[in-house]
Amino acid sequence: MIWPIDIIIISFVVICGIAAISVKDLLSSAILFGAYSFMMCLLWAVMGAVDVAFTEATVGAGVSTVFFVAAIFRTSRRTRD
Amino acid sequence: MDVLGYIISKYNYWGFVLLMMVGMYAMIVKNNLMKKILGMNILQTAIILFFVSTSAKTKATLPILEHGHGDHAIHAVDYINPLPHVLMLTAIVVSVATLGVALALALKVYKEYGTLEEDEIFEAQKKKLNPEMQEGEVNS
Repeated sequence: MIWPIDIIIISFVVICGIAAISVKDLLSSAILFGAYSFMMCLLWAVMGAVDVAFTEATVGAGVSTVFFVAAIFRTSRRTRD
Repeated sequence: MDVLGYIISKYNYWGFVLLMMVGMYAMIVKNNLMKKILGMNILQTAIILFFVSTSAKTKATLPILEHGHGDHAIHAVDYINPLPHVLMLTAIVVSVATLGVALALALKVYKEYGTLEEDEIFEAQKKKLNPEMQEGEVNS
């Protein structure tokens, strides 16, 4: 584990998470959640958990984002908070 | 101050605490159902981050044996502990299944009420239960 990369990626993860729950548009919220999942995948690759990183890249950043975008496409993008 | 250095050196766990608080906040405070589902996912990934952080080591390599069939002794200190990784692999798959079920329920709610905001759904439910109630009496 290389600690400067670790700290940088952890701060990116926290920033992406806070931005994903605080943005007003649901579609950009879903895209920010995809960025969050990809940063999480990088964090696990840094920590040496490569199998978890592979699974997170396909399932978390891939399938979850597609699910969110499909659900938002079938409902509405508007939100008040 | 040795205590301060000890606290700062656990930065992975501080990140875990921050992410878990963000997810709990989104699940409790946010009014939109999609935001609540997003917060649930953030909470799940934060817990996975905690378990993977417990297995991280400095000066250790990936848990793949370098001399598989030799006479060498294997030192467990040289390898990262792979047990939390395997457990969290299951947790990721469970989390995406939970996400699918939650989004299907949200789609059903949208088809029923035409909105994803929680207070509007409660208003529509109240109006559906007793239709003769006037608009002013709803806030009782």
